[in-house]
Amino acid sequence: MSFAFTNENLEQIEALKKRYPSPKALSLPCLWIAQYQEGMISLDAIEAIGTLIDTPSMEIYRVATFYTMFNLEPVGTYHIQLCKTLSCALCGKAEILEHLQTKLGIAAGESSADGRYTLTQVECLGSCGTAPVMQINDRYYENLDRKKIDSILEVLK
Amino acid sequence: MKSCKIVSRKFDIEQSHTLNIAREHGAYNAVESAFSLDGEAIIEIIKTSGLRGKGGGGAPAGKKLSLIPRDGKRPSYLVVNADESEPGTFKDRQIIAKDPHLLIEGMIITSYAIGAHDAYIYIRGEYYQFQKILQEAIDEAYAAGIIGEKVMEHDYRLDITVHRGAGAYICGEKSALLESMEGKRGHPRLKPHQPEPEWYFGNPTLVSNVETIASVPFIVKNGADAYRQYGTKSSPGSLLFGLSGHVNRPGIYEVEFGVSMFEYIEHFGGGIKNGKKLKAVIPGGASTPVLTVEEAMCANLDYETLRAMGSSLGTGGMIVMDEDTCMVSALKNLLEFYHHESCGQCTPCREGTGWVDGILATLLEGKGRQEDIDRLLDVSGTMNGTTICVFAPAVSGVIDAFVQKFRGEFEAYLKEAR
Repeated sequence: MSFAFTNENLEQIEALKKRYPSPKALSLPCLWIAQYQEGMISLDAIEAIGTLIDTPSMEIYRVATFYTMFNLEPVGTYHIQLCKTLSCALCGKAEILEHLQTKLGIAAGESSADGRYTLTQVECLGSCGTAPVMQINDRYYENLDRKKIDSILEVLK
Repeated sequence: MKSCKIVSRKFDIEQSHTLNIAREHGAYNAVESAFSLDGEAIIEIIKTSGLRGKGGGGAPAGKKLSLIPRDGKRPSYLVVNADESEPGTFKDRQIIAKDPHLLIEGMIITSYAIGAHDAYIYIRGEYYQFQKILQEAIDEAYAAGIIGEKVMEHDYRLDITVHRGAGAYICGEKSALLESMEGKRGHPRLKPHQPEPEWYFGNPTLVSNVETIASVPFIVKNGADAYRQYGTKSSPGSLLFGLSGHVNRPGIYEVEFGVSMFEYIEHFGGGIKNGKKLKAVIPGGASTPVLTVEEAMCANLDYETLRAMGSSLGTGGMIVMDEDTCMVSALKNLLEFYHHESCGQCTPCREGTGWVDGILATLLEGKGRQEDIDRLLDVSGTMNGTTICVFAPAVSGVIDAFVQKFRGEFEAYLKEAR
């Protein structure tokens, strides 16, 4: 499977290059753009990014594997990330996790067979005042309880 | 207890993140005051105001600004640290989402003061929905001629670029943040003995927290004395303190430094949930040593009081725990966090965070022995002072406080106690 940025994305990257002292600064922005384009980051994408920003692809790989938000494996259409750190844990995270696992029929760290859902537990999302909280793709869902989870999952169906 | 509205002034105004509404309420008025002065004069005002860095360290902000050479021989940069990831901390996102123009205004003034023409905001990857609000505000500011080739018709160029992180707590450490912005793994750098600016691609760079920068417009517009009217002598001004955990009204409430922690929790937090009693408070983000209820009762929210108690004000994000909280589980939760977030560069931290997490797991399974608690403290001791950055020493402080202050609970989990 080969990888090529779309023209629109290439233009975006070229525009970004003007904002930084070196094209090497663009590894994170390029990885983000690649992940939005493909849903994950493939080795071919890493290779392409390396060429584009004048950086050895091994260095891009090092970066891609360091940051938890880059998915080197495919994830479900809806990537549900539940915060597990202290404030959320104090405010009922365990109950929310159990409810999510029952509703989705998968354990934390798994994806549903139809590829629609991936459930993971993540560290502090910086939303401690509205705990418990989860992130589905790019959006936060705060002050969770069972009922709220039910209505959120209903909309996703 | 009175709230204080220096940074949070526009938070309750509908649509305050849009340029028109922000301007109706005085946004960008401080820019004119700033451009009537030269950079050194602005830095002097900030120094006199006593403004301290609000990202957790509390170092004098003015001094940090004056470290940037202003000889014009090479470019300098401003990088705003919006990688807010310290558990218990959720204040910077309020500024970004509710008053992004205040941040941009602060960035204009600070960039002008240090002579920077390129400024960046490094925002944690998870905050994408807030990043979009921020980007819209920046786009509005460009379109209105507030930033760009000419800053509000002054002969000064300023470009602001938002740089998105991707889920690494350590990138909140300023040198790791710059490594990340150079396109690398977020590994903290070795620090020199002399105070120095940070370096971005070899050029001097100021890295500063969102709230610190957002405090600058008030100071420049109203003067250092106006800022010093709030807070204490050595902790002047205010902070967006936060409450989470077992309180009735968690949230962010700005008050001046020096108020009573207990009164703050009672007044703004509405007391402890379900009528329970208070047991412990982590005063300023997970990395500050926990306080017992007795300590919390007599603590004041300023840098000096908390330091004297062997803890720290940190980011001001308090995690409140009620009488039913299991302190062993609470520590385990935090150690899992640190184990996951250690960048892996230094052995004592990479291995140590795993070991202490493992020891806590053994304790919680009821398989622990007395020597496990000793080993926990021993590993903690080895992690302190043997690494490049302050991550491992902070973990060490967290462990020591939990074990020393709640040792009985740890011992109750031991095999021989069962």
